Amino acid sequence: MVAMAERPTMTEEQTLEQRHSIVIRMGGESGEGVKSTGELFAQVAARAGFKVLTFQTYPAEIKGGHSVYQVRLSSEDLYTEGAALDILLAFNQEGYDKSYEELHDDGLLLYDDGAVTDFHYEQGGKRALALPMTKIAKGELKFELGKNVVAVGMLAALFGMDVEPINRLLTEKFLRKGEDVVAKNKQAFQLGFRYIEESFPERANYYLKAGAVEEDSIIISGNQLLSMGCIAGGCTHLFGYPITPASDIMEFLAGELPKVGGAVVQAEDEIASMGMVLGASYTGKRAMTSTSGPGLSLMVEMLGLSGMAEIPAVIVDVQRTGPSTGMPTKQEQGDLNMAVYAGHGEFPRIVLAPTDVADCFWRAIDAFNFAERYQVPVILLSDTTLSVRTQSIHKPDLSKIKLIPRVLYDPTASANATLDQHTLSTPVAQHGNGTLPENDGEGDEVDMELAASRGFELYQRYAVTEDGVSPMSIPGQAGGQYTSSGLEHNEFSRPRYDVINHTRMTDKRHRKLIGAAQNAPEPFRAGDPAAELGIITWGSATGVAYEALLEAQKQGVKLDLIAPRMIWPIPTQQLDDFIASKRVIIIPEVNFSGQFANLLNTHYRKDFVRLNVYGGAPLKSSLLLAKIMEYVNH
Amino acid sequence: MDVLNNNTKSQVALLERTVDDYKSDTKPTWCPGCGDFGVLNAIYNALKAKGTDPKDIVAVSGIGCSSRLPFFVSSYGFHSVHGRAMPVSTGIRVANPDIQLIAFGGDGDGFAIGAGHFVHTARRNLNICYVIMDNNIYGLTKGQTSPTSDLGFVTKTTPKGSADAPLNPLMLALAMGATYVARGFSGKTKELADLILQGMEHPGFAVIDVFSPCPTFNKVNTFKYYRDEAIDLPEGYDKTDYIAALAAASKHDPYYLGVLYENRDKATFEDHVAATIPAERQTPEQVLNGLFKKFS
Ligand SMILES: Cc1ncc(C[n+]2csc(CCOP(=O)(O)OP(=O)(O)O)c2C)c(N)n1
Ligand code: SF4
Ligand SMILES: [Mg+2]
Repeated sequence: MVAMAERPTMTEEQTLEQRHSIVIRMGGESGEGVKSTGELFAQVAARAGFKVLTFQTYPAEIKGGHSVYQVRLSSEDLYTEGAALDILLAFNQEGYDKSYEELHDDGLLLYDDGAVTDFHYEQGGKRALALPMTKIAKGELKFELGKNVVAVGMLAALFGMDVEPINRLLTEKFLRKGEDVVAKNKQAFQLGFRYIEESFPERANYYLKAGAVEEDSIIISGNQLLSMGCIAGGCTHLFGYPITPASDIMEFLAGELPKVGGAVVQAEDEIASMGMVLGASYTGKRAMTSTSGPGLSLMVEMLGLSGMAEIPAVIVDVQRTGPSTGMPTKQEQGDLNMAVYAGHGEFPRIVLAPTDVADCFWRAIDAFNFAERYQVPVILLSDTTLSVRTQSIHKPDLSKIKLIPRVLYDPTASANATLDQHTLSTPVAQHGNGTLPENDGEGDEVDMELAASRGFELYQRYAVTEDGVSPMSIPGQAGGQYTSSGLEHNEFSRPRYDVINHTRMTDKRHRKLIGAAQNAPEPFRAGDPAAELGIITWGSATGVAYEALLEAQKQGVKLDLIAPRMIWPIPTQQLDDFIASKRVIIIPEVNFSGQFANLLNTHYRKDFVRLNVYGGAPLKSSLLLAKIMEYVNH
Repeated sequence: MDVLNNNTKSQVALLERTVDDYKSDTKPTWCPGCGDFGVLNAIYNALKAKGTDPKDIVAVSGIGCSSRLPFFVSSYGFHSVHGRAMPVSTGIRVANPDIQLIAFGGDGDGFAIGAGHFVHTARRNLNICYVIMDNNIYGLTKGQTSPTSDLGFVTKTTPKGSADAPLNPLMLALAMGATYVARGFSGKTKELADLILQGMEHPGFAVIDVFSPCPTFNKVNTFKYYRDEAIDLPEGYDKTDYIAALAAASKHDPYYLGVLYENRDKATFEDHVAATIPAERQTPEQVLNGLFKKFS
């Protein structure tokens, strides 16, 4: 390390050019308020009319270690957390050490006065400004913890934000802690704000144009919105076991599901969580669990039971960096293989992946609808980046929600009523009786005398239907009794071991995937369908791909982009033409082996250009852009 | 019953169910002479005595010879995976507390692969009546040592004798907070039916460990062995005395049969869950609109 460098100074003539967006990063000791400063600033900016998108990394340990909270602001829509930093706010020396190199050449370093002392990097065109955050908090404010709010006040002044809506926000936020707390926080904000106004005349250079304040705007994280999507999807019961980065879904719903008459139960492990989900779903409830990779690994045997016994289940997997315990707070899209293939034997399951924060809401609803409609396990693959990304978005339009119920058993319904497998229309209750077959020695023996005394017309839990879905009875329903089992069974849910039956039932179960693929949610689509160069991606890499596409288009490149929101079954209707019509297709994903590319390669026998990053950080759009440029005239 | 007038009484009589009402048309898959027949018989009689409509009962199990039992009962059934009868039962009871839940399984299912779940289900005091058919061996996989096999027990996987000390299911149940703890013997089906009936009527987690010999693979713990080795609890035994229950549970040569412990005063898990649900229910839309406000 370079010896104690000279303290850098402000030079008046430097100005920051007006940018489309500003990226500001806060860095400091984990647990020392980096996160709360970042969160408050994001809310403040959203209230002041900015579009906001955040990113954070934090150590897996509770206290100590370096933590980063990054906020990107713009008057226009945002798709990623951005790359180079415009402003770095360092709360300690490490905040400077770890991020200074990522600061733009004309960027601005802000630091808590006295907290950074060793300015060892080449300053170049970067400027620096010491801010007396702690000093003001300890001095005039007499409340050291108010340092974060002082900092937020300073930033708000720097960007020329409108104070009025911010004051309202502070009142709303702190009111339940008492009037005193509201006053103290307002004062802290005011002191920070005034400091910049009075001592930093060139602040006007940083003024960013805010957008219009939108009435229907909310600022929310992926996990929060995903949880709300579960409520919207009719979920009443969640059974789970804490794990980063999924725990906050369970915590969020623990406060909400009782309001609709449901419950959240913390199980003893993920095997139990999944067993409880199946038990609750068996009684007709929309039930779910939320977990991350290690938890999903434990649930695998039960995943097969869900597929075999045809019991709807929703499993949210917020992917983190694996394998094993891996890096619990870091990014990876590494669970696709597990989601698609995990389990012994073969059974149908559906895998969905939201592409951005807003999408978390709608895909969660889909997850419940697909699980119920097809009586299968549905795995919803989110990831660390989406889970903690806070974004200002439009409030979802609740009138667009459509719930698809389970196909229920109704002996009085017409025996001929069949479902249209080509639409996700609301199914009607189904007649499901059939005639019990004679014993033939390839399964449990039926007492024909007893059966005869009750009549042979019985409920067929696993009636073989065109779309593979059989009407389900619910405990409490007379005449609907059956024993659900993971043993192979015939229509009447009696254990059967013969070749014909297993073949027929395997076919029946897998037929569900035909309908599911046909009803896949619309993919994310952008670019020029006529372009010869295409990108296929999925999950949170979608925003990165879109940003790269916008930049490539600016440079005159013709490019097409698709990101399916159903990963399995492969939504071939959406992908066939796209894949057939491109000269080159790039598949960027955040994993080592190119799991989605492999999946598509197996199906389409096509060589894709892969772009894989797997260090634990999200993909950068600049990297993808460079890859695109390699293939433009290639 | 006395408060019912004569008219109602005769209606009750009309509705009374027979043992046959609880039999399914699937024939048991067990070996001739298997102890589980006695348990099934006791179940039928206990269910008849309780009189619950089969449509309102769910019989849950794991995997094993014993876990096949739900197929032989005319109620709803859930034959799940090895060791997981308790989580599945928990999900059912939490989602629908009106269900009469009876769970079944073997000693391996409940105390080896499923031991963790047993502990936590007992601790939660869910309203489940759990009948363990304890044959001190793995039956379905053809004769390996089980958590209740004696030290030195010779099986195919322990040719020189088991090196594991046996687990005491009743001590475990008591230590973990089960509120009804009983032991039965499939050679005494009348008494067993009564233990199961009491277990079903008990408000909380009822554990009934049943000596249910496997004549095919266990040549030590036979019907004769248990007839000689198990006796009824002494006259005047107080089943509400927890310490006495621990002593009775720890006793062997001979073992005690009967209700070792019962505590009807402890709140169930379902009670706790119900207490979290506000009287004024909201629709999902109301909940979401409230949340949107919070995040605006
Ligand atoms: C995950 C898993 N591991 C192993 C097995 C094989 N298996 C089936 S039943 C059983 C043990 C049966 O013993 P017990 O639970 O005592 O029941 P019993 O057959 O004696 O009634 C085992 C090991 C399985 N089905 N699933
Ligand atoms: S193997 Fe043993 S436990 Fe299994 S059915 Fe036969 S006798 Fe019963
Ligand atoms: Mg056994």
